[in-house]
Amino acid sequence: MLTFENMRVDLGDFTMEGTFEVAKGARVAVMGPSGAGKSTLLNVIAGFQDATGRLMWNGQEIGPLPPAERPVSMVFQDNNLFPHLTAFQNVGLGISPKLKLNEADATRVREALQRVGLEGLEDRKPAALSGGQQSRVAVARMLLREKPLVLLDEPFAALGPAMRIEMLGLVRDLVAETGATLLMITHDPDDARLIADQCILVADGRVEAPVEMETFLSDPPEAMRAYLGT
Amino acid sequence: MAVRAGTLSIWAGAVSAALVLALTLGTLGAVVWRADGFGALGPRDWGYVWFTVWQAAASAAISVALAIPVARALARRQFWGRSALITVLGAPFILPTIVAILGLLAVFGRTGVVSEVLSWAGLEPISIFGVHGILLAHVFFNLPFATRLILQGWLAIPAERFRLAASLGFTVSDVARVLERPMLRDVVPGVFLVIFLICTTSFAVALALGGGPQATTVELAIYQAFRFDFDLSKAALLGLVQVMICVVAGALVFKVRLPSTSGVGLDRVVRRWEADGLGLRVLDALCIGLAAVFLLGPLSMIVIEGIGGVFSLPGSVLEAAWSSIWVTVVSTALCMALALSMALAVSRLSAGAGALVEGIGSLTIAASPLVMGTGLFVMIFPFADPTALSLPVTAVVNAAMALPFALRALVPAVRDLQAGYGNLSASLGISGFTWLRWVAVPRLRRPLGFGAGLAAALSMGDLGVIALFSNPDVETLPLALFRLMGAYRLEQAAAAALVLVTLSLAAFWICDRGGRVDVDV
Repeated sequence: MLTFENMRVDLGDFTMEGTFEVAKGARVAVMGPSGAGKSTLLNVIAGFQDATGRLMWNGQEIGPLPPAERPVSMVFQDNNLFPHLTAFQNVGLGISPKLKLNEADATRVREALQRVGLEGLEDRKPAALSGGQQSRVAVARMLLREKPLVLLDEPFAALGPAMRIEMLGLVRDLVAETGATLLMITHDPDDARLIADQCILVADGRVEAPVEMETFLSDPPEAMRAYLGT
Repeated sequence: MAVRAGTLSIWAGAVSAALVLALTLGTLGAVVWRADGFGALGPRDWGYVWFTVWQAAASAAISVALAIPVARALARRQFWGRSALITVLGAPFILPTIVAILGLLAVFGRTGVVSEVLSWAGLEPISIFGVHGILLAHVFFNLPFATRLILQGWLAIPAERFRLAASLGFTVSDVARVLERPMLRDVVPGVFLVIFLICTTSFAVALALGGGPQATTVELAIYQAFRFDFDLSKAALLGLVQVMICVVAGALVFKVRLPSTSGVGLDRVVRRWEADGLGLRVLDALCIGLAAVFLLGPLSMIVIEGIGGVFSLPGSVLEAAWSSIWVTVVSTALCMALALSMALAVSRLSAGAGALVEGIGSLTIAASPLVMGTGLFVMIFPFADPTALSLPVTAVVNAAMALPFALRALVPAVRDLQAGYGNLSASLGISGFTWLRWVAVPRLRRPLGFGAGLAAALSMGDLGVIALFSNPDVETLPLALFRLMGAYRLEQAAAAALVLVTLSLAAFWICDRGGRVDVDV
């Protein structure tokens, strides 16, 4: 279980606070108006942004840990892949940051790439992959890292609708397989419905506790209603 | 940020900054300390100061004044070879000074092309030793530089404004008044100051073409006080004066906004309607043609006069070339190590501390290599024979002199790298040397290559400290070339110049190319 007690972010002219819990294995959409702090929230959990309060995973405080030592795997909006490394190397970094891979590691990397449908493309660099294939490489690395908490900062926003739905389906299947907890930023209620069963609202400097997706979308809070135009 | 700070890179950057401080302020301190107090500036010394400032101002003024019409012509005319000419305009920066001087002598010297034409016509030959030679050489170097910067200013005027001007029926003078002169008022002061700064420290030009009471710069006077009289207190005093001149000019340059020198987008020509008249077209063609002849003539003369002698060069020149290559390799490696460590530190420190490190790295832009050399001589003298260390010292000083340019290429690139891939690296736990190997060096190849290319070309062509430290047995290629010129062995000098310019361009090309080939963007 992910718990955050008395979270507070202070960036001068922007503050955000909240106390919330996310159950283990939950799939949570993070929604709210642009600039409300959705990315900031994920950055705090991943360790890229300082905040006060107690951030805990399964009862252990993870706030003081550097990003790589947190139980977190994050897929960013862009720059998920190093352009000068092959798909294989980009995924391999998930096992060893020094890229020292033994035969068993290499097999795991190939299997992860296979699982996301990139068999045979191991030696391609990102420039030689389509946008959807690049997302798959990032997802393969996320899969390989086996972190129990997966954060998605709109990584598929630049893909076409069909491709995006396909990727969301892939991620949903993967987290279901591994039992990972998922937090995903999205603007689109349909995307949210597709992948998540709960929703966290970030608006007006507050992070609300998660509520059931259907409740949230059928009777949205005031701040969300203005945003969705319903 | 909750990201663990790269303490190692901050330490490395701090060590580099300390080294640069030792080379700049430390050497200055050594000179002052060894000088046992200052003699007063005599009237002759004031003459040097006056000449230094005056010739730099005149060189800058002439360069800018000539560059404006050339840049205007380039901004509004499309012609075959335009982009090649603009590329050539970037070349003087990596062209060894002494080679250019030899080329200018071949065209404008007593036995040069122009003098020969004059003597056919029954007129006296001209000579370029003295004031006008110094001005000529400075304009040769800085006219292209000024032209590129001012052209950048012209192309920064949005094309829509020229279209609007055309639709409003603006004449040439309307366009000049409303669009062009405000841009020039913005750009020209910065260009003038940068060239002024460059011309106060162009020792090689003064060494080759100046001298005597009429045409001695402060740096040349330091060299003479040191080398001919071994008068350290005079050298120290003049060194301080030189530093003051540089600091004042450098501070002024720091204040003004400079157009970017990236050269990106210079290929664009804005369609103009008001300048279609035949007279203006002829004028522009003349400006471009004269500038091209002025720049390419001396270089062509080097090739014409040197090509025959390349394979009969004496062994000593080849040895000198070999020394130059080594000095360049060491100097480039050192410069890039300094630049990379400082750029990484800048990106990890707070804004204020970062600016301090960057400022220290840029100190040498206002430092005089002659003062640095004198200081190092004083520091080494009690322990070893400084002339025996002339090549290592040259390599170190050259690295320091090229550092500001390498930093300018690297600092923004490192900042972009942190912004783009900092989080990804942190989340994967890539740090330290692993980060350097798998992320930083591959991602920074382009600016590393470009910076190394500049450092290599500057070091290969440098004629500064080596002249101060030289002994008869050890020389670099520029020094060998200078000595051949002094002995009037002009054909051999031209051949050596051809070798030198080839090495300089090759050094730049190899490094720059190395940073571009197979880069994944």
